[in-house]
Amino acid sequence: MRFTVNHMVHYQARLDATFAALSDVTRRGVLEQLGGADASITDLAQRFHMTLTGMKKHVSVLEQAGLVTTEKVGRVRTCRLGLRRLEEEAAWIERHRQLWSARFDALDELVEHMKCKEKADAQSKRR
Amino acid sequence: MPKAKEGSPAAMNRTAVERKSDRELVVTRTFDAPVHIVFEAWSKPELFRRWWVPQSAGLSLLSCDMDVRTGGTYRLVFRHPMSDQPMAFFGTYREVTPNERIVWTNEESDQGAVTTVTFEEDGGKTQVTFHELYPTEAALDEALAGSAEGLPEQFAQLDELLAGRA
Repeated sequence: MRFTVNHMVHYQARLDATFAALSDVTRRGVLEQLGGADASITDLAQRFHMTLTGMKKHVSVLEQAGLVTTEKVGRVRTCRLGLRRLEEEAAWIERHRQLWSARFDALDELVEHMKCKEKADAQSKRR
Repeated sequence: MPKAKEGSPAAMNRTAVERKSDRELVVTRTFDAPVHIVFEAWSKPELFRRWWVPQSAGLSLLSCDMDVRTGGTYRLVFRHPMSDQPMAFFGTYREVTPNERIVWTNEESDQGAVTTVTFEEDGGKTQVTFHELYPTEAALDEALAGSAEGLPEQFAQLDELLAGRA
């Protein structure tokens, strides 16, 4: 009893971007690396024995998939793992809270109606 | 994050949704009515269908069959404007104890949750606790991502990686 159609569409898009990002061994390595500690593009390029330009491209793909965020301070661009999973979870909880609020508001109304009806029935029986 | 609304009683955040553990999701709310009334609204299909599908969800309920007793089954069929095919949700009532508890399975997926609804009356008000227990953490994650499909292995690995970071 869940409502999944909207979410499935988003999920498919997320899957496409994620699979594309994960299809490359270097990018998977970068994620693992960032799972241990943040790193600059220069660090990553050295560690994976590639040019700065090559690493920039990889990081950009990961960034577009929401798996990595980058921040430039001065001349150094620092990469870290994206918070997308946490954000998605918070958004999902909020969607569910809205669903359940709406659902329970309707139940509240119905219960109120039933309560009044029960009272009225009891009174009419006493007469 | 949810915006805190203040002022009117209707805007009070009375419906609480919580990810209680890796595999559990809990929704609670208190209703201003004795438990036999609240339980009736959950256990009679003609009443249940009047509130279970909020208009804002954009769904219409095509049919609602519920045999609310221990061992009985249910089947709800919805239509969503984004989907050509109707969606069916079905399962079995594992336990029905009047005015106390309803437990049902969600069998439309093999990773479906077990749902337990408990009713507790206190001073003429009834607290309802809606609890979903998923078979695995991955199944709840999948529900969080909103898919009825299996979670691919890479994604599970990625989630582990990200979880280790969080």
